[in-house]
Amino acid sequence: MSLWEYANPVKFLRLSERVLPWLWALAALCLIGGLAWGYFGTPDDYRQGSTVKIIYIHVPAALMAINGWFMMLVASLVWLIRRHHVSALAARAAAPVGVTMTLIALITGAVWGQPMWGTWWAWDPRLTSFLILFLFYLGYMALWSAIEDPDTAADLTSVLCLVGSVFAVLSRYAVNFWNQGLHQGASLSLDKEENVADVFYFPLLVCIAGFVLLFLALVLYRTGTEIRVRRTRALRARYDQRQGRGAGV
Amino acid sequence: MRALLVRDLRLALRAGGGFGLGLAFFLIVVVLVPFSVGPQPELLGRIAAGVLWLAALLACLLSLDRILALDFEDGTLDVLATAPLPLEAALSVKALAHWLTTGVPLVVAAPVLAVLLNLPVAGYGGLVLSLLLGTPALSVIGTFGAALTVGIKRGGLLLSLLVLPLYVPTLIFGAEAARRSAAGLDAATPLLMLAGISAGVLALMPFASAAVLRVNLR
Repeated sequence: MSLWEYANPVKFLRLSERVLPWLWALAALCLIGGLAWGYFGTPDDYRQGSTVKIIYIHVPAALMAINGWFMMLVASLVWLIRRHHVSALAARAAAPVGVTMTLIALITGAVWGQPMWGTWWAWDPRLTSFLILFLFYLGYMALWSAIEDPDTAADLTSVLCLVGSVFAVLSRYAVNFWNQGLHQGASLSLDKEENVADVFYFPLLVCIAGFVLLFLALVLYRTGTEIRVRRTRALRARYDQRQGRGAGV
Repeated sequence: MRALLVRDLRLALRAGGGFGLGLAFFLIVVVLVPFSVGPQPELLGRIAAGVLWLAALLACLLSLDRILALDFEDGTLDVLATAPLPLEAALSVKALAHWLTTGVPLVVAAPVLAVLLNLPVAGYGGLVLSLLLGTPALSVIGTFGAALTVGIKRGGLLLSLLVLPLYVPTLIFGAEAARRSAAGLDAATPLLMLAGISAGVLALMPFASAAVLRVNLR
C-alpha cells in the first residue's frame, strides 16, 4: 500500500468516486459558511468600507492560482520521472481551474482597485506577474490542445511547465525590479505582526479552506473525466481497427 | 558543428526572406511608432530605448519558426537527431545561427534606427551593449519554443504565445538598461542581470530544447 497505487487509473477512479462527494460537501460548507461569515458577520473596515470584503474571494483565488501552477509542476515532474498517466492527466485537468482562479483574482483585484487606487489596472509588480502567470496558463493549455497524441502532449507540456516555472520565478523578480507598485505587502503570513485583524482573519481562513477543497474537488473530478475520455478514445480506436478502417490513433 | 553552422548561415543568406525579413520588420516597427504616438522629438527620445528593444524582440519572434520548421519538413532534423553530434549541441549551433542572422543585424541596425527615434547620444553605447547581451537569450529561448511546436501545423501563433512570457525578464532588463543609459544613469545592474539571464539560458535551455525535440521526433 503506497501512494503510487493510485497511479493506476482504476484505483484512482474508485478512490476519487468515494472521496468526491465529501470534498464537494466540505467545499460547499466552507465556502458558504466562510463567505456568509465574511460578508454578514464582520464589520466594515474603518478606511476601506465594505470593499474590504472582496478579500474573501480575491486572496483565496490568488493563492490557488499560484498553488495550481505548483501542483501542475509537481504532477509534471511525476509524469516525467515515473510516467504515471494519471499524473499527466491531473496536470492537464488543473490548468483550466488554475486559469479561472487567476482570472478571478485579476478581476476581483480590478474591482477592488477601482475605488481604492482609483484605477482598474496598474502596472504593479504583483498584478503584472499575475498577468504573466495567466499567459503561462494560456500557453500551457493551448499546447495541450494543439497536439493529437496524448503522450507527446503530456511530455511537451511537462517540459514547458518546468521551464515556465523557472521563468515565472525570474519574471517575479524582474517585475519587482522594473516597477515598485501599489500593491500592499502580504496580508497573510505566519508572522502575527503582518496579519490582517482577527475579525477578518478567521473567516478568511475558512474561505481559503473552501477554495482549496473546491480546487481539489474540481481537479479530481476533471481528472476522472480525462481518464474516461481517454478510455473512450482507446475503445473507439480499437473499434475502428476491427472495422478495418485503420487506426485513427 | 562548424559544417552545420555554415550550412544554416548559407541557407539563411540564400533563401532570401529569412535574413532581411527580421531587419525589414525592425525598420517597419520603428517607422510606425512616430505615426502612432506623434512626431514630438522629446517624446520619441524618451521612449526610443524601449521601442527599439520591443521592435528587436518582435523581429526576433517573427523569425523563430524558421529555425526548425524547414529542417523538420525535409527530414534534416531526423538526420541531426541520429548523427553522432549530441542534439543539445546541434540545437545550440542552430540557435547561434539564428542569432548571427537575426540578432547581430539588429544590433548593427539599432544605432541607425535610434537616430530616427531621436535617442539621446549618451544612450547609444548602452543600447548596443544591452542588445548584444540580450539577443542571444532571445534566440536560445526561441529555439526552445521552436522545438516545442515543430510538429504542429500552423504552430506560428502558438509559438508566439508560448515564447512571449518567457521573453518578459529579458525584455525588462534589456529595455531598462537601454533606458537608464539613455537617461544618463548607471546601467550596470540591469546589464549584469541581462548577462546573467543570457548565460543561464545558454547553459540550461539546450537541454530542454533537445528533450522536447526528441519527443517531437519520436
